[in-house]
Amino acid sequence: MSLIRISYEDLSRNFEEVEAGLSNREALEEANRCLYCYDAPCIQACPTGIDVPTFIKKIASGNLKGSAKTIMSANPVGASCSRVCPTEELCEGACVLNHATKPIMIGNLQRYATDWAMKNEKILFSVGEKIGKSVAIVGGGPAGLSAARELALLGYDVTIFEAEEKAGGLNTYGIVSFRLPKAVSYWEVEQVASMDVEIRTNTRVGRDISVKEILDSYDAVLLAIGMAHVPALGIPGEELAGVFDAIEFVKETKTKPITDALLGKKVAVIGAGNTAIDAATCSVRLGAENVKILYRRTLEEMTAYDFEYDFAKQDGVEFRWLTAPNKIIGHEGKVVGIECMKMELGEPREDGRRRPVPIKGSEFTLEVDAVIKAIGQSRYLDLIEAFEIEHDGGVVTINPETFQTTNAKVFACGDVIFGKGQGEAMVVSAAQQGKKSAYSIHQLLMPTMETV
Amino acid sequence: MADLSINLACIKSPNPFWLASAPPTNSGYQVQRAFEAGWGGAVWKTLGEPIINTSSRFAAVSFNGQRVAGFNNIELITDRPLEVNLKEIYETKKRFPNHAIIASLMVEPQQDKWHEIVKKVEAVGVDGLELNFGCPHGMAERGMGAASGQVPALVEKQTFWVKEVAQTPVIVKLTPNITDITVTAEAAVQGGADAISMINTINSLAGVDIHSWNTIPHVAGKGAHGGYCGPAVKPIALHMVGECARNPRVNIPISGIGGISNWENAIEFMLMGATGVQVCTAAMHHGFRIVEDMIEGLNNYLDEKGIASVSEIVGKAVPKYSDWGDLDLNYKVVARINNDVCINCNKCHIACEDTSHQCIDMLKDGKGNSILRVREEDCVGCNLCSIVCPVDGAIDLVELPNEFPPMTWNERQAAIGALGCAVDTVK
Ligand SMILES: Cc1cc2nc3c(=O)[nH]c(=O)nc-3n(C[C@H](O)[C@H](O)[C@H](O)COP(=O)(O)OP(=O)(O)OC[C@H]3O[C@@H](n4cnc5c(N)ncnc54)[C@H](O)[C@@H]3O)c2cc1C
Ligand SMILES: Cc1cc2nc3c(=O)[nH]c(=O)nc-3n(C[C@H](O)[C@H](O)[C@H](O)COP(=O)(O)O)c2cc1C
Ligand code: SF4
Ligand code: SF4
Ligand code: SF4
Repeated sequence: MSLIRISYEDLSRNFEEVEAGLSNREALEEANRCLYCYDAPCIQACPTGIDVPTFIKKIASGNLKGSAKTIMSANPVGASCSRVCPTEELCEGACVLNHATKPIMIGNLQRYATDWAMKNEKILFSVGEKIGKSVAIVGGGPAGLSAARELALLGYDVTIFEAEEKAGGLNTYGIVSFRLPKAVSYWEVEQVASMDVEIRTNTRVGRDISVKEILDSYDAVLLAIGMAHVPALGIPGEELAGVFDAIEFVKETKTKPITDALLGKKVAVIGAGNTAIDAATCSVRLGAENVKILYRRTLEEMTAYDFEYDFAKQDGVEFRWLTAPNKIIGHEGKVVGIECMKMELGEPREDGRRRPVPIKGSEFTLEVDAVIKAIGQSRYLDLIEAFEIEHDGGVVTINPETFQTTNAKVFACGDVIFGKGQGEAMVVSAAQQGKKSAYSIHQLLMPTMETV
Repeated sequence: MADLSINLACIKSPNPFWLASAPPTNSGYQVQRAFEAGWGGAVWKTLGEPIINTSSRFAAVSFNGQRVAGFNNIELITDRPLEVNLKEIYETKKRFPNHAIIASLMVEPQQDKWHEIVKKVEAVGVDGLELNFGCPHGMAERGMGAASGQVPALVEKQTFWVKEVAQTPVIVKLTPNITDITVTAEAAVQGGADAISMINTINSLAGVDIHSWNTIPHVAGKGAHGGYCGPAVKPIALHMVGECARNPRVNIPISGIGGISNWENAIEFMLMGATGVQVCTAAMHHGFRIVEDMIEGLNNYLDEKGIASVSEIVGKAVPKYSDWGDLDLNYKVVARINNDVCINCNKCHIACEDTSHQCIDMLKDGKGNSILRVREEDCVGCNLCSIVCPVDGAIDLVELPNEFPPMTWNERQAAIGALGCAVDTVK
């Protein structure tokens, strides 16, 4: 099934941002609809605690620079968040107008203000007075950038080590450009860089610079490396041409010219999280004729947000629930099909999720030209081990108050601490954790100073 | 269907909605379109000596994104030749014999000038005259409009000159740019006016462009004060109508003007003593078609209340409009919050906490839900919370039983005075 709004003539057009921003008039009307609540629940519902009524009031008064500053001071990746936050579950879900009319479009207003700052090339913050202490941040994703910004404000000499060519983490490379264009992530990176934060790109810690050197040369270290590639499915046929890692797959669309390799093809995506949705909708935009998401559980257990699910359905993505792959079938080294099994849900396990069990004899084969694996992300085990800090299967152990690891001078936040019931894999929570880690580092290094 | 027709000082119209003398009544084409749309009367754009208007003449005030909360203009009277206007009045009256056409007039304060123009307009069949003693800009600099409208003796004299020759009813349109409008209203009565209308526009400067530092509006980089009207002036106009209506020496009908935008506003003016109303800004904002809702809304209101004729409501609220000294000081209302309706925006709390009497507490109920409660013993019943509350029915102001019998300030002072006398006698 294909939708009219997909262009098959110029595939790259499909990767332009889907949602147009609010017009001036729309933004003004919406901003004026906000009640400017006192002790507003939307502030509490935002993980970074953006002062929503204040930034909205500033839009209404025409103080767009102030508005962007209110947003970005609470959330250093507030421009990205305005696009990728599950707002229905956060700020907008808490808006008091849910009980009266309809909630304020907080995300869109946030985008309006930050877009303005981006367009007008505003630098919103200046560096704090230097205090002569240094912090190394490993990983320049939302968590690392957010920590770097706060530490720079506090006067630290901050160096970010980033393995990739550009910082921004998944905002730059992982979230599809039609939801989050790279330019937005770059702008946020620039905002941080403009605060004298040194960003050493193309520098993979553990390869291009040793862990020891980092530990020895800085007063504190923050580990914000996120998660790694998609793990293997552990089924036959994974080595065939046409089998992709979803994260790599999306990254290609954000870093290389769009190709017509999938034009008219049939694609199966394995998994039903954020990554699966992004991989599936990307495939649609690359011209695939049919895209199916195969998930071994049901809609209930799916970890993708509702808005993502709706978005994928609108793109014509098909969902096959209770379906697990058995093996990928190849011909002359290329994918031609996938053998699947129907599942049913068993008793809940200790994590409360019901375990899918295969139904005997339910095997069936789907004809596909490509298989995209999107069953989560593995961990940078080697690097974590090199830091000699405690972890649980790659989920770094921290003091939940301070984000301190078992090495007192090493802190960790973002996706690297997500999992095993800890944290939340969202850009906005990574940003908040980055801020909090920065304050903890400050407390560690400045024991005589007032706490922030 | 209630009877909406009115008779204002013997000027009859099928409904109380007239267009005020202003751009909407500039030409026969417009007035005829207005009558077709349903307007009951029109006060023709003011006629007088030839003038020249500036280009760039209007400006408006937006409030929180709402356009035309107030409207400002530096337009003068008509800039079309008198003969053309007279011809069009004649044609319009012929086509719409049952609609009211009133000629608004403004000339220099000289007897012969007034005599001359009155005769000319009455010759083409107008139903009445309105003397424009209100235009606050331009014409006033030449001693006309508000300049003469601010001097009671000039109001009286000019009205008198008009009445010397007028065959049709004479309405005197008053300027609000004066401390006490009843003084000029009385002067109009003394001069023999058959009715008064109010208000004309209020001296104003709509704004300053914070980038170019020009006035808004500006004419080639220069500005001059204008006249303010539209929704923002309604309370001012209503006050002035009420003051005249309750003044026994102003014993002639009132045509209410100023910020009337819908049927509810019109009813308010009529309850406060206006026999009919005139509208300008609302029509300029939305076009003549708004009158359809005005008529229907007024009619439904009267039908629902079982009132047969709109004239029955005229002045019904006037006895309730009094002086502060006559208000009962022992009357008490307090705010009460309905937490099942409240949406917890906390606006009432912060308004009371920061700017009133600190008596709305933010609490948790047994289930840990946020609730708000008024400490009634500290509440002064100022109404602020219910004014800022965005949800209808979330805050009620409830009357408490009187602890003491009613007593007004005037009664209290009188009682204290009597006490003083008693003390004196003891001495
Ligand atoms: C496809 C996809 C879609 C998503 N959609 C959403 C969404 O819509 N909304 C939402 O809120 N969240 C979404 N997420 C989750 C969100 O992107 C992450 O939670 C967030 O990016 C975590 O931030 P982070 O800084 O911890 O990690 P990352 O963003 O992964 O950043 C880690 C950074 O560390 C660098 N790094 C790693 N190892 C090294 C090393 N050894 N040396 C130096 N640098 C290193 C990486 O290159 C990367 O730049 C999505 C995730 C994916 C994969
Ligand atoms: C652009 C403009 C021009 C006006 N010209 C006249 C006029 O020529 N004569 C007059 O008596 N009043 C004039 N007025 C005043 C209106 O008749 C009316 O008294 C005033 O606008 C208040 O009514 P409103 O709030 O409904 O607009 C003018 C008003 C405006 C906005
Ligand atoms: S809860 Fe809604 S209305 Fe209240 S401040 Fe937040 S966005 Fe505005
Ligand atoms: S009425 Fe409006 S559009 Fe027409 S000339 Fe005047 S300013 Fe221009
Ligand atoms: S202002 Fe109204 S809605 Fe808001 S908290 Fe108070 S009572 Fe509730």
